[in-house]
Amino acid sequence: MNATILQIRDVKKSFDEKAVHRGVTFDLHEGETLGLLGPSGTGKSVLLRSLIGLEQIDDGQIIYRGDRIDQLSEKQFCKVRTKISYSFQSGALFDSINVFENVAYSLFEHTRMSEAEVEARVMEILKIINMQEARDLLPSDLSGGMQKRVGMARAMALDPDILLYDEPTAGLDPINVDMVLEVMKKFKDQGQSSIFVTHDIPAALKICDRIIILRDGKVGFQGSVEEFETSTDPFVKSFLTGKIV
Amino acid sequence: MSLDMKQNFRQTGEVWQLFQHTIHCMVTRPFYPGRLLEQILVLGAGSLSITIVIGFVTGLVMTLQFGYGLEKFGGVLYVPAIVSLSIVKEISPIFTSLLIAGRIGSGMSAEIGAMAVTSQIDALRALGTSPYRVLVVPRVLATVISLPLLATFSSFMGIFGGLLIAMSEFNMPAGFYVNKVLSTITLTDIFGAMGKCAFFALIISLLACYKGFRTTEGTKGVGESATWVVVRTSIIILISDFFLSKLIILLFE
Repeated sequence: MNATILQIRDVKKSFDEKAVHRGVTFDLHEGETLGLLGPSGTGKSVLLRSLIGLEQIDDGQIIYRGDRIDQLSEKQFCKVRTKISYSFQSGALFDSINVFENVAYSLFEHTRMSEAEVEARVMEILKIINMQEARDLLPSDLSGGMQKRVGMARAMALDPDILLYDEPTAGLDPINVDMVLEVMKKFKDQGQSSIFVTHDIPAALKICDRIIILRDGKVGFQGSVEEFETSTDPFVKSFLTGKIV
Repeated sequence: MSLDMKQNFRQTGEVWQLFQHTIHCMVTRPFYPGRLLEQILVLGAGSLSITIVIGFVTGLVMTLQFGYGLEKFGGVLYVPAIVSLSIVKEISPIFTSLLIAGRIGSGMSAEIGAMAVTSQIDALRALGTSPYRVLVVPRVLATVISLPLLATFSSFMGIFGGLLIAMSEFNMPAGFYVNKVLSTITLTDIFGAMGKCAFFALIISLLACYKGFRTTEGTKGVGESATWVVVRTSIIILISDFFLSKLIILLFE
């Protein structure tokens, strides 16, 4: 097993009186794609948002490459966010600028690359998502699947260590799901670690190395894809088959 | 304490925090001069034509009304002084600020609000940039720079409009009108008005950004935020104008 890149230790988070996480603990390893599953409302997206400081955790620790990041200020977190990237469920593209400018955004913000270098990097990423021709289009001109792919490309621009995918296949037709998974696989082949929040079990089985299921605010299951598929735990089985066991 | 009162105190505190944070971002790197210029063009230059119309028409109407009103008492000669002083010190700053609150404040709040409800503000943070530096600072600075200049320009247009009516309706020589205006208006009047406008600009832009950031509930929330900003800023502008005018009189006159 590769070295641990991200450690989540006993993370607790509540909104008002409602406890979402009651002590979530797991690790992410180098180059690994980790599927984060669970029933709706179990805080999968909240957990992802906590990992890059968009939400503040109440208790516990988040350790990235040996350093605690859960207590960083917003300014300190800005540096972490160049290493841990987030791909939003909706894409969350900046709607006043085109595809090229969306993908180039963080390159202009965080690097001293020349315009020619930025252009080369953006076109390289657009080639991975197979959208070179769309470079001058505005987000409003793109389909939902295309927006998600551009969102993934934008998250990938700085070549981060970890990519956090928040339901990238939700609401897409099977062809677009395959396209999104293909993009994820290409990123994975470049050595990126990732956490993949999804309800799409076939997609998770196709792309993930390990699966975690959140249940009642804690990790209810943790194991390889094989262990997930062969688990005899009624909760895991019902989750896998979509039927109450 | 009623719930509304508590909410008002909380909002005041949050706007004050936003103000402090904005000042901090203004004086520390990174800066976004390109975005500032873009906002000055959008907010300032974009409001120029309507400001000209309002200023000019106000000058026409005021001169007409004061002229015929004072004519009964033989006081037409006082019209240039009265009109120019009213326009420079009160009418232009207030009208222009209310116009900017309606045109720019609501637009600013709706734009940022739409970004908030579509996760674009979260995306800015997730990409390692501060939404305050990227969105708030350029807008606040652009409004504070543009509004006093727009109001001054509006005053000039008002005085010019007054000149046309004074000449055509009351047969007043242009030289007399201009001399009266120049001997009445002082630099204190002009800079006092610009200072008031800068304060109003700060209020408009801060409240617009504040409400934009706190917009929820989709498109309905965007509309509500825009309305909230126009109503609140208009009330604050009108009330604070009295106290600022009093302060300027106490300090400089």
